[in-house]
Amino acid sequence: MSRRRPLLWLLGLLALAAPLAAASVNDLATGGGDGFWAQAARFVSLTDPSVRYALAGALLLGLSCGLLGGFIVVRKMALVGDALSHAVLPGVAAGFLWAGTKDPVAIFIGATIAGLIGTATVTAITSTTRLKEDTALGLVLTSYFALGVCLLTMIQRLPNGNQSGIGTFLFGQAAALGADDIQLMGVVTLVAVGVIVAGYKELLVTSFDPGFARSAGLPTALIHHTLMFLLAAAVVIALQAVGVVLVSAMLITPAAAAYLLTDRLHRLLMLAAGFGVLSGVVGAFGSFVGRGLPTGPLMVLAASAVFAGAFLFGPKHGVVARWWRQRCERGRTRRENALKAMFHMWEADNFGPEGVALADFAQRRRCTLEEIGRVVRELARHDFVTVDREMVYFTPAGRLRAGEIVRNHRLWELYLTESANIAPDHVHDDAERIEHVLGEATVRALERRLNYAKTDPHGKIIPSPRELHRAEADGLERPASGGGGPGRADKEGDAS
Amino acid sequence: MTDDATPALEIHDLTVSYHRKPVLWGIDLAVAPGQLVGIIGPNGAGKSTLIKACMGLLPVAGGWTRVFGKPLRDTPGRVGYVPQRESVDWDFPVSVLDVVLMGRYGRLGIGRRPGKADREAARACLDKVQLLPFANRQISNLSGGQQQRVFLARALAQEADLYFMDEPFAGVDAATEAAIIAVLRELRSAGKTILVVHHDLPTARQYFDRLLLLNMNVVAFGPTEEVFTAELLQKTYGGRLTLLSEVAQALGAGTEGGGKA
Repeated sequence: MSRRRPLLWLLGLLALAAPLAAASVNDLATGGGDGFWAQAARFVSLTDPSVRYALAGALLLGLSCGLLGGFIVVRKMALVGDALSHAVLPGVAAGFLWAGTKDPVAIFIGATIAGLIGTATVTAITSTTRLKEDTALGLVLTSYFALGVCLLTMIQRLPNGNQSGIGTFLFGQAAALGADDIQLMGVVTLVAVGVIVAGYKELLVTSFDPGFARSAGLPTALIHHTLMFLLAAAVVIALQAVGVVLVSAMLITPAAAAYLLTDRLHRLLMLAAGFGVLSGVVGAFGSFVGRGLPTGPLMVLAASAVFAGAFLFGPKHGVVARWWRQRCERGRTRRENALKAMFHMWEADNFGPEGVALADFAQRRRCTLEEIGRVVRELARHDFVTVDREMVYFTPAGRLRAGEIVRNHRLWELYLTESANIAPDHVHDDAERIEHVLGEATVRALERRLNYAKTDPHGKIIPSPRELHRAEADGLERPASGGGGPGRADKEGDAS
Repeated sequence: MTDDATPALEIHDLTVSYHRKPVLWGIDLAVAPGQLVGIIGPNGAGKSTLIKACMGLLPVAGGWTRVFGKPLRDTPGRVGYVPQRESVDWDFPVSVLDVVLMGRYGRLGIGRRPGKADREAARACLDKVQLLPFANRQISNLSGGQQQRVFLARALAQEADLYFMDEPFAGVDAATEAAIIAVLRELRSAGKTILVVHHDLPTARQYFDRLLLLNMNVVAFGPTEEVFTAELLQKTYGGRLTLLSEVAQALGAGTEGGGKA
């Protein structure tokens, strides 16, 4: 997404410019100089109250941000989440000034109001000017964030300002969470889960097709505002642990990872919540055992690792899976082309004695003996051929498959010339691709359509299916691997 | 036509504008129940705007619309909608059946989940558009024509009395076009009222009982055989010459005789 890039740069600059105030759970932990395992044991045993709060906070924020983030991502509002999370900062400062101390409820109210004012500003800019939403979001994000940083700096200059701990709002400090913070997080998470469960179908339909939802009489504006309010609340409760700069990642990243793994919204939401919780807990743990590592960035790194995993290893859309499928496909095409070449040589010999000399085969494929040797070994591995003293012989399964490919090729050429009126010298390249993907049902339909023609447009004989299947019935089951006809799905679809 | 029954849709002096530029002005219209109405007109004539304004999807600058004699918000569940196919993201993580079930949401009310009866109704609607075998597919794995039929099935699931359809025939294959027109005729025989935004003049003549010729205001509204004349069409399309030949062809294609709708 190129629209996102300027904002990413902006975030990078902010991160560089701001003092690295990132704090860590470790700072507040008892401070013993134990090793990794001792720290890990202390984290797992949950004896330390600060660990319990940090863990509970990570769980709750992961859950609420993951769930709401799912809606943000499918509604294409990821940047709105980003802008919202920065827009809350002046409200944090205002809440602090209002209450005079770091009171969670005052800060929550101030920040939520500021966030909602921020999104209202975006709406006001887009609806009254010619500026589009991305520009409006960029404007609001930066100006509110700048205001927030100034206000926070002023607060820290106040007497007792340094003890306020308000600096943790920039980069997050899970260990700074107290019992009252956790209570507030619990309430917000409970409300968010409740609203999503009760209003799932309304959220679904307004996300997918808001115009239709409105025409069916659903209160789309109310639903949108409820979602924005929950989003602001989730951002605010996550602020202390993750920090303003990175909190939008906890909305976007787990949901984006989930989107790569499923194509149903309810599963996406559950996965996103799970990834959010996982990232939160891993971040809190890493921060506790790793000396001086900040909580928020660790949580975001954990979420990004989950995303990278989904991106690379997702079973359906993952890079590795796609690469593997293409590789299998290429391998099958390579084998089938070699079989076809053998069939052509046999045909050129008027179907005389079977067996092709390796040297002739290499000559025909225009490659070296070593290269043809590799191909033949691969064919032999799939039980399509046997090799005996420099001669290659079809197995019955190989002969069947080769005949099928040649038949597919010639049928398709005939179909294109007869039914699509394409000149005979134009059809070969297309048939080269189609021959590998025609399923049995399509082949039958083609044969019927072409009145069981015997020869292709170039006058070559189309191998008869009856003979091919007699050969099959003569004794061989088809090779299990190598992808013969029956395993392949026919492309279904409506009539063109 | 006797229109003494309450009209299914009544529009009075409707004006809609974008950024204070009027797109539609002074629209008056009364559609009797049980009619299949085609809305035709050139690009930018306000065809989609008209049906969106009728459903309250756009702010209205003046005038009013009534559905079965009442304001729209007092007639919940009586209006169905088939939006343009391009209006949604087909990569959205839902199945075909999920989308059709959305047609039931309006009558379910907030907070209530669709039950077994709704699921059965949605499956029946999918069956009507010949898409039941694809019920569990994610919606991006469908052809354009199939996607259009999903929207039609969702509208059927609404079990409404008045339907607005925005270019349901745009960019679909012949099989889909035939399936849609069959469903539309079935709806009409069941007494439903349907308004269809349409862009193809020759088929407009075959498909619809009545035509609304629209170009910012109502040029003509009436039975197809009375309204589908070279004079009125030219008035609607503003005398664009390229269109004249198309109109002439359309007029020649189905000459007199089969007039009664």
